[in-house]
Amino acid sequence: MATAHTATHSASAHDHHDDHEHHDNFITKYIFTTDHKMIGKQFLVTGIFWAIIGGLLSIIFRLQLGFPDMELYWLKPLLGGWIDDAGKLDPNFYLALVTMHGTIMVFFVLTAGLSGTFSNFLIPLQIGARDMASGFMNMLSYWFFFLSGVIMFISLFIETGPASGGWVVYPPLSALEQAMPGSGLGMTMWLIAMTFFIASSLLGGINYITTVINLRTKGMSFSRLPLTIWAFFLTAVIGLLSFPVLFSAALLLVFDRSFGTSFYLSDIYIGGEALPNTGGSPVLYQHLFWFLGHPEVYIVLLPALGITSEIISVNSRKPIFGYKAMIISMLGITILSFIVWAHHMFVSGMNPFLGSIFMFLTLIIAIPSAVKVFNYLTTLWRGNLIFTPGMLFSIGLVSFFISGGLTGIFLGNSAIDIQLHDTYFVVAHFHLVMGSASFFGLMAGVYHWFPKMFGRMMDARLGYIHFWLTFIGVYMVFFPMHYIGIAGFPRRYYSWTNFEFSNMYTDLNMFVSVAAIITFGAQLIFLFNFFYSMYRGRIASLNPWRANTLEWTTPLHPKHGNWPGEIPTVYRWPYDYSKPGAAEDFIPQTVPLSATPESNLPHEEELVKLEKAIIADEEDVLVANESKES
Amino acid sequence: MEEKFEYIENAEQPIAMHPKKFALWLFIVTVVMIFASLTSAYIVRQSEGNWLEFDLPSIFWYTSGIIVLSSISLHWAYISAKKDDLASLRIGMIITSILALAFLIGQWYSWIALVDREVFFVGNPAGSFLYVFTGLHALHLISGVIFLIIVLISSFRYLVHSKNLDTMEMCVTYWHFLGGLWLYLFMFLLLNH
Repeated sequence: MATAHTATHSASAHDHHDDHEHHDNFITKYIFTTDHKMIGKQFLVTGIFWAIIGGLLSIIFRLQLGFPDMELYWLKPLLGGWIDDAGKLDPNFYLALVTMHGTIMVFFVLTAGLSGTFSNFLIPLQIGARDMASGFMNMLSYWFFFLSGVIMFISLFIETGPASGGWVVYPPLSALEQAMPGSGLGMTMWLIAMTFFIASSLLGGINYITTVINLRTKGMSFSRLPLTIWAFFLTAVIGLLSFPVLFSAALLLVFDRSFGTSFYLSDIYIGGEALPNTGGSPVLYQHLFWFLGHPEVYIVLLPALGITSEIISVNSRKPIFGYKAMIISMLGITILSFIVWAHHMFVSGMNPFLGSIFMFLTLIIAIPSAVKVFNYLTTLWRGNLIFTPGMLFSIGLVSFFISGGLTGIFLGNSAIDIQLHDTYFVVAHFHLVMGSASFFGLMAGVYHWFPKMFGRMMDARLGYIHFWLTFIGVYMVFFPMHYIGIAGFPRRYYSWTNFEFSNMYTDLNMFVSVAAIITFGAQLIFLFNFFYSMYRGRIASLNPWRANTLEWTTPLHPKHGNWPGEIPTVYRWPYDYSKPGAAEDFIPQTVPLSATPESNLPHEEELVKLEKAIIADEEDVLVANESKES
Repeated sequence: MEEKFEYIENAEQPIAMHPKKFALWLFIVTVVMIFASLTSAYIVRQSEGNWLEFDLPSIFWYTSGIIVLSSISLHWAYISAKKDDLASLRIGMIITSILALAFLIGQWYSWIALVDREVFFVGNPAGSFLYVFTGLHALHLISGVIFLIIVLISSFRYLVHSKNLDTMEMCVTYWHFLGGLWLYLFMFLLLNH
């Protein structure tokens, strides 16, 4: 089998592929597609849709926080009964808004929209595979995500409102229908939607890992993988290990809610009446949830960091600084992400000694994170920087990663966390380091790989405007929140301005809200640019950024199967930029070392001999097979 | 010439494992994580006190024996398939499927035994956890039985033989895993109830 396949590459195997292409109709090409590129685009467009919804929800609650006296009658057509007769937002719906904003942004936008898009789109293209290991499972992964989205979307419109217990849905608040309107049907739909989402993530993750391990092209060893692929690979590993735990947590919650068990419920009195549930432990839920919840942060962030590594290296025209250090620090983050979850629970009644251990482990994460930041900065250092929009967004990510990461060191300390937990300080922290950083990674990726996705360029000038408005806007929104938080302003409160110590922050809240609205508005520029460029953008050249990785060796509009002929073989790592002695400032991975004697380093000369022997061998086999066939 | 062909076989080494088999192993990892989290939750919850003490149904010993036997018979079927002994393969598959169903029925009787002892799904988490463990395991086992039956049917259609073992191998892996998972759960319960 293997022999036939290798030897007759271009002859049979690939003509066969092209044959398939002619039978595609609209449904198999755009809807129930098994082509990883189209599935990636489906994830992207769905992710953008959810980002708009999630953003709009945040604008509504920012209006409430910044302008508590504002009359919101004009929202009545959209929100109906959730605006009361005085024109005020219903407090219950406020809670639903923050819950849904969190759920949508964390899971639907920054997990599915980021990892789903770029893992699907880039893994086969950058490792040299024709498609994912299982195209069908990949398709299933998207449609489970879609179904999950449909259920979550419907829950926004039901009478009792969507889930409202925060995106962490802690019981007993989420377990008892009597607790709040959102804990009724809305919560049930949340759980069903999340079950489908977990199934989708696992199907996707299994596929990504299998593909990266089993389907790399010849010569693509792990030490020659682009850092994007390393990041997607480790993200999938994290997801594979942590999402099942969320499933367990959700399953027990379902039993508590619908079957009357007492996993999380104990000694609860409602209206003076004791509930029958005894013996449950709400902290148990927190342990299970955060065992997913913390790795989830890195599921969101690692792909963005991988994308940034690639884009910064390409646009600095320099090899990434510390390729191995980057991989090791990502591995370190992957492992550490599983043993720090309880730092979300410092004030949940945990043993303080245990708190110190988790504090120590948490602070260790600063090391691999700092290594990564250092490597980004040293890659930029004295590079021939090209400020494409993708590059700007990548640098923006590094900026957020630093400023948001620093506050993480504060929050990781169990003593300081007593003051800061559940305040806007936390909100500022994770919106910078996880939310905005990952969002910028997503944007960087879209600007950078748009030419490969749609064969056209996005407008750079609109990209610059989009970048600067968003970059400044994000800091305007989240920087003031640090002050509000240190002052003790708690998150998730409908209104906190009636107190003497907090009403002086009304102006600051107003400022934040205005900045948030402007930042959201700036995203419309992106939306226009994205959809306009898809049809009317400048036709892209084959390798517009002059990058080394394999995806730029495909045709402008790669068909299902990616390469029309043989899959290219890889001879070098992906970061040979500005190599001394080379004619061009980049050498694609497909160029053999033997073709670039002028730039080879001493140890590479050794490899050249090996390479020549392999190439000669292969030709022998080809000739032998041909003579045998004829 | 033979040597040259050898070389090409080796060159394909990055594809070290059948992708679907690999994906199955990853799926097994997710199942392991589900049960690892549930059993950890059990320990965490148990350490907080207010824990109902009761004896495990003795039927668990029988079902454990049944599932070990089913693994042995499946392995016998697998070895037979390797030797192209199709008759033994079919007998082995039939025995395995029957034992699998017997295990499921046995688990159902264990629930009846639990109810007799007044250990209910709704009540003290000690009992609820037991139902969740056995129920969730049985759910996975049903998927394993479906897999067994698929292989059984294809064995009658001459689709399982020494040249075509991938599906059979995946089925064997999954079934041994499910058996091992049950033994783990049973040992865990024996030690921690």
